[in-house]
Amino acid sequence: MAETEKIHLSKKDRLAVAWRSTFIQGSWNYERMQNGGWAFSMIPAIKKLYKSKEDRSAALKRHLEFFNTHPYIASPILGVTLALEEERANGAPVDDVAIQGVKVGMMGPLAGVGDPVFWFTVRPMLGALGASLAMGGSILGPIIFFLAWNIIRWGFMWYTQEFGYKAGSKITEDLSGGVLQDVTKGASILGMFVLAGLVQRWVTIKFLPIVSTVQLDEKAYIHWDELPSGSEGIRLAFEKVNAGLSMTAEKVTSLQDNLDQLIPGLAALLLTFLCMWLLKKKVSPILIILGLFIVGVVGHYFLIL
Amino acid sequence: MSIISIVLVILIAFLAGMEGILDEFQFHQPLVACTLIGLVTGNLEAGIILGGTLQMIALGWANIGAAVAPDAALASVASAIILVKALGAESISIKDAVSSSIAIAVPLAVAGLFLTMIVRTLAVPIVHMMDSAAEEGNIRKIEWLHISAVCMQGIRIALPAAALLFIPAETVQTALESMPEWLTEGMAIGGGMVVAVGYALVINMMATKEVWPFFILGFVVAAISQLTLIALGAIGVALALIYLNLSKMGGSSNGGGGNSGDPLGDILNDY
Repeated sequence: MAETEKIHLSKKDRLAVAWRSTFIQGSWNYERMQNGGWAFSMIPAIKKLYKSKEDRSAALKRHLEFFNTHPYIASPILGVTLALEEERANGAPVDDVAIQGVKVGMMGPLAGVGDPVFWFTVRPMLGALGASLAMGGSILGPIIFFLAWNIIRWGFMWYTQEFGYKAGSKITEDLSGGVLQDVTKGASILGMFVLAGLVQRWVTIKFLPIVSTVQLDEKAYIHWDELPSGSEGIRLAFEKVNAGLSMTAEKVTSLQDNLDQLIPGLAALLLTFLCMWLLKKKVSPILIILGLFIVGVVGHYFLIL
Repeated sequence: MSIISIVLVILIAFLAGMEGILDEFQFHQPLVACTLIGLVTGNLEAGIILGGTLQMIALGWANIGAAVAPDAALASVASAIILVKALGAESISIKDAVSSSIAIAVPLAVAGLFLTMIVRTLAVPIVHMMDSAAEEGNIRKIEWLHISAVCMQGIRIALPAAALLFIPAETVQTALESMPEWLTEGMAIGGGMVVAVGYALVINMMATKEVWPFFILGFVVAAISQLTLIALGAIGVALALIYLNLSKMGGSSNGGGGNSGDPLGDILNDY
């Protein structure tokens, strides 16, 4: 047994698996979810490790079992599975149950890391950064978003797959350590901090109703009709504005001004809380979105918004 | 629109449809898809602005658990095509065209959901075919089945895009121009509020008692308008690192007994 040459998965094989795992969600289905994509990703390794038709057929069936996790988080799991399959092909007693066990055992806890890190922290942050540039018409917005995202994604997928491959089945022990919790917690702290900032900056509501109109003192506003004409008048007007004089005879305070004096963005915050509450009450996000559009149109029609 | 532009737009729509399920390169995100469609049709700047505006609305759209979010791929592609058609008319400004195409895009994003569900159901018989291919040890066949499933996702967006392309530009323009001011303005105002739904989805997923204080900090600090988003991110990273390190100090010393790792606490205890 020891005399026979060992089969090894080369770096090229592992790169092929990593590239194919880009398409892991391709045949996502309601029955076994990512199973087709998982088998598709494992194919380069299966081809290398097993030569007989029976072995290949068994391996394919083994990898068409139910699988579902965050698409990028599949990478470390693929790495571990590659290590296990390699041992098995070299005669180690690794049975189907062990391989399926590692897959299922890792996909649950790891998916819990992928969602907060990628979908809730990295993407909203890069997206908001790119979008704020793009809204001014700058091509840098989309470019930064696209490049940064794909560098992070590919780096993560390749290095965690390699990490999984090298650690092999030991990884399950490593994962129980505090690293995972730290990453998740760190991401949610950063996420919450930045999200609050995004709510403050990008959720826009403006209430138009006027709360009060106060007639200002004679000396507190600019008397436009008394200014000299021409550039001299403009100069004088600017001087008066700088001196703190009002440009109108009345001080108009809108509902919005009052709210902003409490804290800027208060209305946006309250709206966000309302949405959170509705979502918790199991109201569909789609209904809320359509509802808000209706509120916008109706509110504007009656000059409230 | 030239034949080349039409072919390229359909190709981009196909990529966006694939990405709608794969979620890897992010071709389906408005920022990327709208920019690309703007680029191949010669309306780069308008495409970028539309992409940025729609991206803000779609920021928190991700399918997690039971909550299904609208389909970003169809929204981006459809709104970009409508935008390009609308800009053919001289009377419309980029800003108006952007807000009216978003007004049309959002209901379409909802419709896109049903297409996604149909395709995901159609994929079930495909994996059954994979099972029988595995039985035969036929690797080729499994690969082709998987690729055809991915293509099916691409067609999901490419077909509606092609249909939109063949509606004459005049029809789109007159339809947009016949929209009254209170409707388009109102939709723009609604768009400003809809952003909150995406954030609310994400906050609901992440919020725990432990991290709420950071939300308060972020909200207050963001009111300082000199701070850019990058600056906010940097403060956030620093806070997260500080918090993790501090909580570790507390945790390890509790395990060690004696020294509580809290000098003030020690003094108070001794006292």
